[in-house]
Formats: sequence, C-alpha cells, structure tokens
Amino acid sequence: MPEPILSLEGVFTDIAQYHVLQGVDLTVPAGEVTMLLGRNGVGKTTTLKTVMGHWRAREGRILLDGTDIARTPTPDIARMGVGYVPEDMGIFANLSVEENMVLAAVTGPIDPARRDWIFSVFPPLKTFWSSAAGNLSGGQKQMLSIARAMIEERRLYLIDEPTKGLAPAIISTMARALRELKAQGASILLVEQNFSVAKALGDGVQVMDDGRVIWSGRMAELAGDAALQERLMGLSLEGA
Amino acid sequence: MLVKLLSGDSPRSPLLALILLAILIALAFAPFLFPGIRSVDTAARICIFIVLVASYDLLLGYTGIVSFAHTMFFGMGAYGVALASVHMGRGFDALAVGTLAGAALAAVFAFLIALFSLRVRAIFFAMITLAVASAVAVLVSQLSQITGGEDGLTFLIPRELTPAFRFGDELFGVRLNGKLLNYYLVFLASLALFLLLLRIVNSPFGRVLQAIRENDFRAESIGYRVVAYRTTATCISAAVAAFAGALYAVWIRYVGPDAVLSFDIMLDILLMVVIGGMGTMYGAVIGAVLLLIAQNYLQELMGLGAGAFEGVPILPELLSADRWLLWLGILFVLSVYFFPTGIVGRLRQGR
Repeated sequence: MPEPILSLEGVFTDIAQYHVLQGVDLTVPAGEVTMLLGRNGVGKTTTLKTVMGHWRAREGRILLDGTDIARTPTPDIARMGVGYVPEDMGIFANLSVEENMVLAAVTGPIDPARRDWIFSVFPPLKTFWSSAAGNLSGGQKQMLSIARAMIEERRLYLIDEPTKGLAPAIISTMARALRELKAQGASILLVEQNFSVAKALGDGVQVMDDGRVIWSGRMAELAGDAALQERLMGLSLEGA
Repeated sequence: MLVKLLSGDSPRSPLLALILLAILIALAFAPFLFPGIRSVDTAARICIFIVLVASYDLLLGYTGIVSFAHTMFFGMGAYGVALASVHMGRGFDALAVGTLAGAALAAVFAFLIALFSLRVRAIFFAMITLAVASAVAVLVSQLSQITGGEDGLTFLIPRELTPAFRFGDELFGVRLNGKLLNYYLVFLASLALFLLLLRIVNSPFGRVLQAIRENDFRAESIGYRVVAYRTTATCISAAVAAFAGALYAVWIRYVGPDAVLSFDIMLDILLMVVIGGMGTMYGAVIGAVLLLIAQNYLQELMGLGAGAFEGVPILPELLSADRWLLWLGILFVLSVYFFPTGIVGRLRQGR
C-alpha cells in the first residue's frame, strides 16, 4: 500500500458537551480514493472538519505527510495543499463564478489549462462564468464548490457528500469529475452516502460508527460482501 | 477609461448611473449652480459624508462588521488638523501633518480594537467600539487644556482657503476667493478618496472581504486568515474616516465634541448606509445626498407647506417645521420597508 498522505491517530473531538469523535484512527494512502462511510451522525463530517481545523481535536494526532497539523490554523492547512468541499457547499453567493474560482486559487493566477479541464467536466461553469454564484441551481452550486477545490492541484482533497440531494443526471456528472480527478493520481478522502457512487470510485474504505472507525479495508472486499455491508452500514447498531 | 476609473464596478442600472452623474455634476459645479453660503456648505458636507459613509460601508457592507466607533475615527482626523493648526500655526504643512497624524492614530486605535475583539464574535466588536467611542468622547470633553473641552477649538487654516484670499473678480457671478478653493479641495479630495475605496472593494483584497462576510469558515478553509483581513479592513476604514474628518475640520474651521464626535453623526452614517444600500459603495452617495438634503431643507420645506395649508385643520400642525424629525423618521421607515436592500439594491434589481 502507498505511503499515507493523511493519518489520524486516536483523534477525539468534542462539540460543546458532545463527545463526537472518540478515538478515530484512519489513514488515507497517497494517490488513492478513500471512502469514509457510515450512518448519519456517526462523525464523518466532524472528522473532515477536525482535519481542516474547524473543530479542534481534544486529543490525538493528525498527520499530513508526516507533519502534525492538529494545532495548525485552518488557513495554513489549506495552504499546505488541502482542498476542502464542505457538505453545505459554502459558495460565495454574491460573487461571480469567476471570482469564486479566483479566490480559491490561492497560490497564484488560475492555470488556463486547469480551468479548461474544469469547464470540460462542469460545462455549466463556463456558461455562467460571469454570473453571480447565488443564481446557480443547486447542482451547479455543488459543481462550483468542487471546482473550487480542483482549481489547483492539491495534496489532498476532503470532499463531503458531493452527491447529496442532487438529481441522478448531476450525480453522474459529479462521479465523472471525481473519476477524472482520481485518474490524475489525486489523494481523496470522500464522504459519500450513495453506495453505488462510493463503489465505483473508492479504492479503500473506512467505516465509522459512534465516533470511531469500526472497519477499514479495500472497497473490492466490502463491495463483494453483502453481509459485511449489511453488518457495517445497514444494521450497524446491532453490530456495534 | 471611465470603467477603469470606477475599478470596473459600474452602477449596473441606467437610472442609477443617471442619478450618480447628476449628483457628480451638481457637486462639481455646486458653487456656480447653487450660489449661496448655505447651499455650498451643504454640498461640501455631502462630499465629506459620502467618503465617511463609504468608508463605513467598507466595514459594514463589505466585511460584515458592525462598528459604533466610526465617528471617533472621524473626530481623530478633525482634531488632528485642529491641533496641528493650533500648535504649528496656519499652513498647509499643519494640515498635512494633522491629517496624517489623525489617520495614523485612527488606524492604530482600529488595529488595537480589532486585535482584541475581532477574534471573538462580531457582537463583541460592536460593543467594544461603542465603549471606546464613548470613552474617547468623554476624554476629549474633559481634557479641555488640550482639546478645548466642550467649547472645542477654532483655528486658522491657510489664507488661500479663506474668503479673504482673492484670485480674480467673478466668474458667472461667483466670487473667486479662497472659500471656492476650499470647496474644490474638499470636492476633489472626497472624489479621490471615494475612487480609492471603490478600488479597494473591487481588488482581490475586497473580494476576500466579501467572501469572509458571506462565509468566514469557508474563506478560512480556502486559505485566508479572516482576522488579518478583518483587521486590515477596519484600519483602512478608520484611516479614511479620519481623512474625511480632516476635510470637515478644514471646511468648518472648528472642532468640538458635538460637531465631530457626537453619536448623532454615527446614527446619520448608519441611516445613510442603510437607505443607500449596504455593500454597494454607490449607496453611500445616494444615502448621504438624500439625508443631508432632508436634514438641511426638510424643515424649511415643511415650514412652507405649513404656511400653504394655513386655515386647513390638522395639516399645518402636522407640517409644522418643528415636526421635521418625525417626517424624517417616517421617511426612513418607509425607505427600509420599500427598499430593504437600499435604494441602490432596489435600482439594480429593477434593471
């Protein structure tokens, strides 16, 4: 297995009085797509937000390429090459699509070749390049949100439920974009509820329950074992 | 060329463009179009308030920070000019030193307030600015040996900016004297400061501010240090407010707590930015023009109205000049009701 680009070692995160993460251990190998699966409310989003520094880990280490970033400020984590796509998209509605993208390219001007590649995977962004992002449809906003992370080559992408609430046609556009990103050798930690999308994209899998990773392995192994899927994700309460 | 001057931020509404052009022409030729001490005085105040309100819009509209200390920064510029003129003697050097010292002090104060309060929730920033502004206003009133206390300071400005200085006879019936030069100093400096603010909000820095206003965590996760950007915006806004204060002091040749530090000015700024439209810059122009004209002429207009309806029941009472604040209040409520995004926002939606 390749060297890990990201590893979490015994990470505990509290949000107010709730102990959301209770000792998360996981690794994201470089150049692979690692799926983070599990029921709602088990701590998947909190895991990504803890990596980004939005929630601070009370305990544990978060290693990005061997450097502990558990206490690093969020902007520095981003500038270390972590592209984050939050669940709520977080686009800047009053700014144009172009301005959203320019802001996301933090290391310098947008590379035209990279921009053209993004236009090829998300054609509506080219059409609405000068329009206010707030006027885009839900699917187009999600495209913009992912495109902002993809506008520069990142060391690691953290993507939170990119297909949530989208129409099937848009889901396939998202899946294609992520496949192309994967083909470029990107390292991705992806939270996804849609198992067919997860199956098609994932190399490795980490399954969470009750604030911990309860199973990790290869996607092929999980995809081929219906009983395991049922135990880990369908009936995880009994399985815990 | 014009679009470049406006930093690519055109009014985006033909009607708005027309109104702004009319205001620009009216202000540029105010001494000739509306001769008379009072009307030129109103025009100069409009110029200064446009800058003051626009600098507040940089904070409130573009960065999403509520501050109650804007009058304090305005006052620092004004007192800077007054104190420099008193101690250095009349002269342009005193104006320059006073203005720069006032702006620098305002920026330092803004930096300190921001450093202590912007890390926490925005409401604390608002409360701290309120406290600091009140404390400074009291301090200025108390330190009468330095600031003149409640009486304030009158001072001499360079002779070239006073009515005593003549540089010709008359042009279109207007005396060519230092007061005219003073007006054009105020007008051109205000125009330059407004264009500078327009440049700032349309720069990459301004875009980051807008991103922070919309979603600060998202801006951080892209790689922008929110506190640093907010602090910088606060300092720029304070320094520009101080410049406006310096212009105001040069124009009225007097500073005092009521004239430059009063909380009424802060309320006026808030009203102007809300009526004009937050986060638009041009809203500052519309808001300042409307409110200052209303403040200066509504009373008179209502007096005329009351006279015209003499003999009719109730109406003269309602239109009595003493009730002008009531009508100003009603105008404000109606404008917020009908133009929740401000007049500029409404005009842009209606395109």
